[in-house]
Amino acid sequence: MTGTLLDIDGLEVTFPGRGLRCRPHQVLHGVSLDVAAGETLGLVGESGSGKTTIGRAVLGLVKPSGGRITFADVDITHAAGARRRALARDIQVVFQDPYSSLNPSLTIGDILGEPLVVQGVGRKEANARITALLDQVGLPVNSAARLPREFSGGQRQRVAIARALAPRPKLVVCDEPVSALDLSTQRRVLELLVDIQRDTQVAYLFISHDLSVIRHISHRVAVLYRGDLVETGEAAKVTATPDHPYTRRLLLAAPVADPAEQQRRREERWRFAERDADRSAA
Amino acid sequence: MTADTTTANTAPESVAQRISTLRRLARNPQAVITASTLMVIVVAGLLASVISSHGPSHASLDAINAGIGTDGYPLGADKDGRDILALLLHSINTSVVTALIGTGLALAVGVPAGLIGGYFGSRVRAATEWLFNLIMTFPGLLLLIVLMPVTKGDFRATMALFGVLLAPNVFRIVRNQVLGVKNELYVDAARVSGLPDRRILARHVLFAVRGPVVIASAFLAGTSISVQAGLAFLGVGNSEVPSFGAMIHSGFANLYVAPSQFAIPSLLLGIITASLVLFGNALRDTLEGSPRKPQPIVTPTPRAATGTSERAEGLLVVEDLAISYESPDGKPNEVVRGSGFTVQAGETLGLVGESGSGKTQTAFAVLGVLPPAARVTRGSVRLDGRELLGLPDREMRKIRGRTIAYVPQEPMSNLDPSLTVGAQLATSIRAVEPMPRAEARQRVLPLLGQVGIPDPERVAGSYPHQISGGMAQRVLIAGAVAGRPHVLIADEPTTALDVTVQAEILDLLHDLRKRLNMAVVLVTHNFGMVADFCDRVAVMRQGEVVETGTTTETFDAPRHEYTRMLLDSILDDTTTRSDAPPRADAPPLVDGPQHTDAPIGGKRTS
Repeated sequence: MTGTLLDIDGLEVTFPGRGLRCRPHQVLHGVSLDVAAGETLGLVGESGSGKTTIGRAVLGLVKPSGGRITFADVDITHAAGARRRALARDIQVVFQDPYSSLNPSLTIGDILGEPLVVQGVGRKEANARITALLDQVGLPVNSAARLPREFSGGQRQRVAIARALAPRPKLVVCDEPVSALDLSTQRRVLELLVDIQRDTQVAYLFISHDLSVIRHISHRVAVLYRGDLVETGEAAKVTATPDHPYTRRLLLAAPVADPAEQQRRREERWRFAERDADRSAA
Repeated sequence: MTADTTTANTAPESVAQRISTLRRLARNPQAVITASTLMVIVVAGLLASVISSHGPSHASLDAINAGIGTDGYPLGADKDGRDILALLLHSINTSVVTALIGTGLALAVGVPAGLIGGYFGSRVRAATEWLFNLIMTFPGLLLLIVLMPVTKGDFRATMALFGVLLAPNVFRIVRNQVLGVKNELYVDAARVSGLPDRRILARHVLFAVRGPVVIASAFLAGTSISVQAGLAFLGVGNSEVPSFGAMIHSGFANLYVAPSQFAIPSLLLGIITASLVLFGNALRDTLEGSPRKPQPIVTPTPRAATGTSERAEGLLVVEDLAISYESPDGKPNEVVRGSGFTVQAGETLGLVGESGSGKTQTAFAVLGVLPPAARVTRGSVRLDGRELLGLPDREMRKIRGRTIAYVPQEPMSNLDPSLTVGAQLATSIRAVEPMPRAEARQRVLPLLGQVGIPDPERVAGSYPHQISGGMAQRVLIAGAVAGRPHVLIADEPTTALDVTVQAEILDLLHDLRKRLNMAVVLVTHNFGMVADFCDRVAVMRQGEVVETGTTTETFDAPRHEYTRMLLDSILDDTTTRSDAPPRADAPPLVDGPQHTDAPIGGKRTS
């Protein structure tokens, strides 16, 4: 496929068991997906489905036990050391927790400058870039001299987004970037991410457990269930009329903020549950 | 974006916070007294040749055992006719050098080893741990004495050796800190940013371990000084070097003739080591924070205590409740200011708000489980007409569980990991209603069945880590409804759970509430859950209830602007992203802010 930026093929990840007798635990059983340049692939799944592990494998924070990860036609499955550090230019990350993802003792300027200085950007040029980044994520320019604790959760997440954008990456892995935020902040941060994508054509691998968040940011959606992909397709299709029963269950489980509609959903969900019960009884 | 940037205006206050560690230290009398004592002693040592006219080894036959106040010998002279003041001052210098060498070497060896041992893989850690465990097994003092021929009696060489023996203490502190820090997301982010390991260690990890290391240094310095004095007292090493130990040794021989020769150096040595230890303690209190004194909850004064006519009626009535905390600078910080709502029997109320709106604090106040630092400053909480605020804890305990019960947000952290689920439930049943243990145990199984646990016997015999989060929440709900309460307060009961499990727990609460005719207060930030579950809603913002109404009314026609904003922020179900991804071969736009005001998606697909 032309324009494919990230290609994951048959990815397997196994964690060693804790303790003497524990057997290794496989969290991903051969997952294949791809992300095109400038596209958002939403990866949705519940806790333990392995969605975060996929992101961490792409970032080189966990070692895959099988399969291939290709970025811009280069195999990066086992890239380490200097090769991995060189990838920092192209692949970046925004983590879920805006509190622990920023070093509390560094100023915002230092946090944003770090990836630039590593890339060999001069101090003066870096400062100009930091100012531009702060502006891009909608933070006041004088933020650079302040510490993370002076900012709210939403503002911190903006700092984390600015840090990810600093080296002008081609792909940003967004690992639940809005789950820790309040409703109103959540929406503004999502809008910011969409704006940035329109402006810079960065691709997102967007990981979330929340279908409504996924629906708002993704072009395509992949649904993960216990380490396997169960459904992939256009966002509108997967999040409205899913084929797989698990996706349907996921869709009906999230309550909507409309008493009448929610009442209807609840009934539909119960019908599903009864049918499942009948089926398992038969 | 406006609300997002409001806190940015508090800059001056935050600058003050930044230098507050030093300032807090300056406010701690223990730190100030010990630090200035040490400072005076060290400066006196540095000015030794100015203060005293004699050299440390200058002996005069005329001055043997001279008393205190003898001309030229303000503190007298020892049995060899040496000036005690001069000896003291030069001994201070010896002690300072001792402390610097001992602590310096312990840090120089222990810190890098701890960083490496904690940060890198398990093999490196095992190797460094083995090495330092080996060092720890050496009998320290004995080794120093045995190796005297090697160190040639030089106290500096001896102290360097002692520094290495102290290194395992530093190593352990640093390693443990690093193990905690290395899994922080910001270290991961630094890795993704392409920082090499040594830069990550120097910039992110070393910074985080500095506090405990600084504290440990004060204690290590004290230990070095006393060990050096001990060795000199035993007469091991070069006796020419002026030292407290040697002075005490010489004074000891003269104890009955001139006790001051023994007492003065002992006293000064004691002051130095005690100051170091006390300064270390003060440092620890300042850097790590000592536990604050719990404050009693002030008995609140209901605003209309006697005015029965205007009192709101209901099963649970919260009126004009205000809760404040003392902020670090001593000023009260009101987190709840005038929150209020009523709940009728069998009714469900959603208490909604964003983080920091005070919804959980309000719930805690109703339950009487506010943290000790909180103060209820005014208001009234009435259950069935009875005032709950200000009730003694014993009375409150009777009400909790029996009339009013609680389901927490984090099911796992609310279960004791060392007891089986059945045992914990039996305990809570007996707390509500005293009965023999065996009978309580029999009541557990039907209770677990009641909350939809398919295999009650297996679950009752399991430990919390053996069951899933959803199952744990069912267990806690079982415990909460065991006493057939009239009001159940559920604080974000599904936030920690997966979406599919979330729905099941809500179903369970639905079912129980109908069967037991309970009133439920659902504390949540999720409007979907409110729509699903609640008859009425109370919306909280910054400690105040801004709107109350029936769920349908509030969702259809919110009266308060804030409620409207919240409802508008909900990512609705029908909007999907409509813009196509850019073509791969299109040239990227110049990056920079190009604010497109278009909302995301925009196109409704249904």
